[in-house]
Amino acid sequence: MDWAAFEVSLRLAFWTCLILTPIGIIVARALAWSAFRGRGFVEAFVALPLVLPPTVLGFYLLVAFGGDWPVGQFWQWLTGGSLVFTFEGILLASIIFNLPFAVQPLQRAFEAIPGEVREAAWCSGMSAWQTFWRIELPLAWPGLISAVALTFAHTLGEFGVVLMVGGSISGETETLAIAIYDRVQAFDEAAAGSMSVFLLLISFVTIGIVYGLAGRRRGVRV
Amino acid sequence: MSDRGLSAVIRQTRPIPLDAALECAPGELRALVGPSGSGKTTLLRSIAGLYRPRSGQISCNGRAWFDDSTGVNLAPQRRRVGVVFQDYALFPHLSALQNVVAGMGHRRRSARQGLAEKLLAQVHLQGLEHRYPAQLSGGQCQRVALARALAREPDLLLLDEPFSAVDQVTRRKLQRELAVLRASLSIPLVLVTHDLEEAARLADRITVLHRGVTLQTEVPDELMLRPSSTEVARLLAHQNLFRGRIAAHNPERDRTWLSWRGKMLEARHNSAFPPGSEVSWLVSASQILLHRRGRPSFGERENPLDGVVREAVRLGESTSITLILEGGESLNFSISTHAAQRNGIEPGVEARVSLLAEGIHVMPPETTAQEPVASGLGAGRSEGAPPVRR
Repeated sequence: MDWAAFEVSLRLAFWTCLILTPIGIIVARALAWSAFRGRGFVEAFVALPLVLPPTVLGFYLLVAFGGDWPVGQFWQWLTGGSLVFTFEGILLASIIFNLPFAVQPLQRAFEAIPGEVREAAWCSGMSAWQTFWRIELPLAWPGLISAVALTFAHTLGEFGVVLMVGGSISGETETLAIAIYDRVQAFDEAAAGSMSVFLLLISFVTIGIVYGLAGRRRGVRV
Repeated sequence: MSDRGLSAVIRQTRPIPLDAALECAPGELRALVGPSGSGKTTLLRSIAGLYRPRSGQISCNGRAWFDDSTGVNLAPQRRRVGVVFQDYALFPHLSALQNVVAGMGHRRRSARQGLAEKLLAQVHLQGLEHRYPAQLSGGQCQRVALARALAREPDLLLLDEPFSAVDQVTRRKLQRELAVLRASLSIPLVLVTHDLEEAARLADRITVLHRGVTLQTEVPDELMLRPSSTEVARLLAHQNLFRGRIAAHNPERDRTWLSWRGKMLEARHNSAFPPGSEVSWLVSASQILLHRRGRPSFGERENPLDGVVREAVRLGESTSITLILEGGESLNFSISTHAAQRNGIEPGVEARVSLLAEGIHVMPPETTAQEPVASGLGAGRSEGAPPVRR
């Protein structure tokens, strides 16, 4: 069992969920309720990681994160370090390739809230902020749970993009999924097997817990 | 213009044409009626601050809510308006009590629950405070929505088709409760409905809206008898619309003489049209008397007309009759079914009617042929209105 890789995977999943959730909410609300030019384009862009081969996405991210491109240069200027082959790099990549998994369930959930219910909240004197916390978010709860669950599980399992952007640096960018691959390459099937079972269990328990939670919440009974 | 009431003037040509003026005094219940698509809901949403019209002024209780000339446009949160939405729009994840409490942001936290309980009791929902909307009937949801709208202590209460989603029995009950409740309210109430009967039952005055234009505002009885134009008459489902010519006025006898198809009809005095002018006129179905054959009866001397019954359609307790007059015009009215049976009213039978002079109402002539109203206002009399016969 490669505990260092396990720690990297969990850390990556945690931070991805934490950062992506608010971004997902903002993007999903905008897509659900605002009519703006280029909406279809934004939706297509968000959905792109679903259909793009992970190596292709990984390749472009690797290039963009390098010192020749604005993203990489900006990071260099901001932190003095590189995005390539670092934990920050795979975190940023993880946030990008998880966009559709976070945005789509949230968008469906926000779209399901009748416009009149939000208007009723405004007409009851609630500010936009209060309406968000007390009406929109509780009603979109199942979508939020799905978004977090899918993001978490997908981050644990992602292989191609993380390998391309992060390399496989033990304790820094080597995740459990990559460690399994390494063990198989080294004919260490016992270690690969135990880590696979571990990943399977974690994924299953995570999904089970969050779906169970979502089912118990009243928000489902909309 | 009342300082304390509601005053709204809204004009725009796009995207939804509107040319509407609405005033409602404190304590007044104003019904806004019109067929679907007439702009009722847009007008209501403009007042609530949920829709921004291109131009106009809206003020309530002495405060400007919207004024395009000064750029004032208060958010719905700042308008102190209570709204009962058509489908109630209750918060599904909150109990009845929490729904009402949600409207009490302006109150001290500790006072909210008690006040909300009081409001729910006022709308007869004691014991159901902790139910969720999904566990309440349509009528109960409507009551929660009303309590929530009042929780804000609004300066204005807007009701958008509040009774359209409940059954007839519940509707009557809720209408009665609203009529009782409004006595304790000293704010303007605006009720949007497509149901003319409902408007007549509840409202002090009715404003008729069609294609975004407020056509007439009047107390219910007057509106029914004396619409200001043939357009309003059609919206009110008047079927007996004709064209004639003013023959003479006789103010001493309170009569105007109307020349129509070679006959002279006496009508209530209306000096607005000089003798010789072309007019449209109508007679309300309720102002047509059917005479028993061979027996003189009350009002027989007023505008007697003979004809042949073409249709006698029994609709429960009343029977709808179409009478073809000697000149080929048709006249529609209803009598009680037992009277129709007793008098042997059936297709082909000759009959005599009187048009009561008080029920003949003269209006400006229609200048251009207008499209017929797509959907007349819902009410007891909802048959499609025929075009004016010349």
